[in-house]
Amino acid sequence: MALDDRKSDFKFVGTRPDRPDGLDKVTGRAKFGADAHAPGMLHGAILRSPHAHARIVKIDTSKAEALKDVKAVITRADFSDKVPFKPGLEGEFWNVLENVMAGEKALYDGHAVAAVAATSALAARDALKQIEVEYEVLPHVTDVDKAMAPDAPVIREGAADYSVPEGMHPNVVRYHESGHGDVEAGFAEADLVIEDSFVTEATHQGYIEPHACLASLGNDGKGELWCCTQGHWIVQKTCAALLGMETSNLRVTASEIGGGFGGKTTVFIEPVALALSRKANRPVKVVMNRSEVFRATGPTSSASMDVKIGMKKDGTITAAEGIFRLQGGAFPGAPGDMTAMCGFAPYNLTNVRQVGYDVMANRPKQAAYRAPGAPMGAFAVESVIDELCNKLGLDPIDVRLKNAAYEGTKASYGPRYGRIGLVETLEAAKAHPHYAAPLKPGQGRGIACGFWFNHGGETSVSLALSEDGSAQLMVGTPDIGGSRASMALMAAEVLGIPYENIRVTVADTATLGYNDVSHGSRVTYASGLATIKAARNAVEKLCERAAAKWGIPVDAVKWEDGCAVPSGPNAGDFDPMPLADITTNMGSTGGPISGHFEATPEGAGVSFGTHIVDAEVDPETGKTAVTRYTVIQDAGKAIHPAYVEGQYQGGAVQGIGWALNEEYIYGEDGRLQNSIFLDYRIPVASDLPMIDTVIVEVPNPGHPFGVRGVGETGIVPPLAAIANAVSNAAGVRMRQLPMSPPRILAALKDNG
Amino acid sequence: MSKIHVSTTVNGDTVEYLCDPRETLLDCLRDRLNLTGAKEGCGTGDCGACSVTVDGRLVCSCLMLGAEAEGGQIETVEGMADGEELHPLQKKFIEYAALQCGVCTPGVLVAAKALLEKNPDPTEEETRYWLAGNLCRCTGYDKIIRAVMDTAAEMREAS
Repeated sequence: MALDDRKSDFKFVGTRPDRPDGLDKVTGRAKFGADAHAPGMLHGAILRSPHAHARIVKIDTSKAEALKDVKAVITRADFSDKVPFKPGLEGEFWNVLENVMAGEKALYDGHAVAAVAATSALAARDALKQIEVEYEVLPHVTDVDKAMAPDAPVIREGAADYSVPEGMHPNVVRYHESGHGDVEAGFAEADLVIEDSFVTEATHQGYIEPHACLASLGNDGKGELWCCTQGHWIVQKTCAALLGMETSNLRVTASEIGGGFGGKTTVFIEPVALALSRKANRPVKVVMNRSEVFRATGPTSSASMDVKIGMKKDGTITAAEGIFRLQGGAFPGAPGDMTAMCGFAPYNLTNVRQVGYDVMANRPKQAAYRAPGAPMGAFAVESVIDELCNKLGLDPIDVRLKNAAYEGTKASYGPRYGRIGLVETLEAAKAHPHYAAPLKPGQGRGIACGFWFNHGGETSVSLALSEDGSAQLMVGTPDIGGSRASMALMAAEVLGIPYENIRVTVADTATLGYNDVSHGSRVTYASGLATIKAARNAVEKLCERAAAKWGIPVDAVKWEDGCAVPSGPNAGDFDPMPLADITTNMGSTGGPISGHFEATPEGAGVSFGTHIVDAEVDPETGKTAVTRYTVIQDAGKAIHPAYVEGQYQGGAVQGIGWALNEEYIYGEDGRLQNSIFLDYRIPVASDLPMIDTVIVEVPNPGHPFGVRGVGETGIVPPLAAIANAVSNAAGVRMRQLPMSPPRILAALKDNG
Repeated sequence: MSKIHVSTTVNGDTVEYLCDPRETLLDCLRDRLNLTGAKEGCGTGDCGACSVTVDGRLVCSCLMLGAEAEGGQIETVEGMADGEELHPLQKKFIEYAALQCGVCTPGVLVAAKALLEKNPDPTEEETRYWLAGNLCRCTGYDKIIRAVMDTAAEMREAS
């Protein structure tokens, strides 16, 4: 869409009305995954492997089946045997099936091996103890570098795809290499080259709502599934495949979702609940406990990275190279390619090369976590840039401005950028009072930039007008951060009726066309675009009705402030006809009026952010306090600014957790050591300062109102920005996350 | 195993239920009384999503047995509003966008109400430490803390 088509003066967009689901959520009425109930409902529970890697020799379920309260016991044999194994991500249904219920081997601590449905949750839990599993324990590996070593135990032969160079260990399952220019020549031009290695540990999205679902699959082959998910069409498609059903025979309804951040973009318990329901012929509810969430859902990858950057004395980057090794659990999918592509993306580089590895290990299959792969790469790259600035005595914002990508820059990962807002975020950072504020002794300041692609994806939206002039809008992207409010604002903007007169519903899979998952920061962009187009589609029909009534051509009618009006003096002299005057008798003027839009929008504008962090390190204890934090990010156009700020703040704080506290800790036995919130400590209110935000608006030409997704970019800079602040405060470069007190003390000691 | 008969008061209503001795108060509220406002986020008392008050004291209902509620006075998020009139904290949370997914919100509201009843004029630090037992993964707490402190200020002015 051309820029000059884009609307820039708004009546509703940019305001901050109450969210439509606010009342339900402050009164306890909102129904989340675990809040559903069905007549005759059973409760499911899942038996999980205590071993990191083991052959399943035998499963004896007879004692559990004999229990009076037990109505079904299932193992892998109860799923479809027609899901093919293929290399890499091509065999994704097989990978998901293998993950939700182990086949020949248990591949990680927590891997599901059997499940029970019983008359109560306690009875189901008790019955698990009666299932006897004989394991042959195998050697395991959980560390990414060790998993690539020649002597590492093989997780599965034949999992690697065509991209992997010959001679690599079978645990390396995908390989990515990209870039341009001549990095060796570039390094030769540099006045200073720094090469360093970095490590990040796996973290979890940490959504407060554990996975929960209620499944009902009758012997007529028709199924109903209620679950907390970021995308119920992918749940429908996947579950149908795993159970050998026709997709349309399974209706999936998304509950209110208690956080996802990427972790609820796939299935874990849903196919299990359906298989139990099919066997018991009764509805079955399955709810994970927190330990199951940590052990057996989709944490992020851990990473081991080498980054080399050359710089001239004036701050010009002459060459950049990165090797990014990501561990993604016992299946293909670790976003080594994303890490590689995002790391240097903020910069306009003549010579750049990046390599990404997707490596399997005996851990749960990684899932997306907010800009999957990008935060780790940014940590490594932005740390090296910070060190170069320190060594060359240059200002970290000036250096980033000097090298920043802008419209027309050839991105490190290939394409040329359209209109982007990185420079604007850097300029806003430089002008922000935070950047000029004095630091106290013991404090350090860190700067970092971050990039994320953003995504469009398949999208369907329907909008139906009611006789009284109100509108119901059906979207298919679960509301993970206030999107119903944004959709209503965009529809109100087009229709010209009050925000309050538009009711937005997240429709189920039986009542709307296919929708991709709420991921990739795509909801306000893609569902928003579809909402605007669906509303415009309805407006065209409204104009047709007015034209017919006035007896003038439809192109002589335009839509203004919620009314059909003649497009000019020559069109005729008619009073404006409000929307409700058209809808009130629409049944007799041509029938119900609705608007629709279905497409796969391709214009999601990429997004950049710059963060400023002050941190204070206690040299006695190694404890770090974040004392001030400012997020500056390009939103394109903020539809509901309060929820844009919320995305910035939430992303930053998740980044603080990743940088300072959070990590998956595995023992020598390959078992997860910290599977509750007491031991896996996410940031709490008393850990934090207020998180200041600056919304930069450089409109995205690919959206009618200029929207860029905002959900993910906010977690990309924090790891690096905090590491830079801590390194500057402590006087020693921190190369491993999280920067927990023992690691900081060790680094201080090593530094003498 | 035989069940235990419990008679208690929830949000002013007398209620009775039969529970397994192993069931928590949270299980009983949710599964026996269909009060699903309190959520189970962890089951170990770390996240506060199940916060309720029992005889005026803020507790994690996942750490208390259902059988222990006998004769108690329990208040949950469902009892916070006075009929149609929302509690000032509830109003302010909506106005300030102090919730995103909303799953921690019932527990945060119950805990914040308990704070303001004890301390009508909390500092930011006191508010942050009081709410440190309520995990929120969406908001970064900024808007929650502002909403609680501004509600406190308004309630002080109104009283």
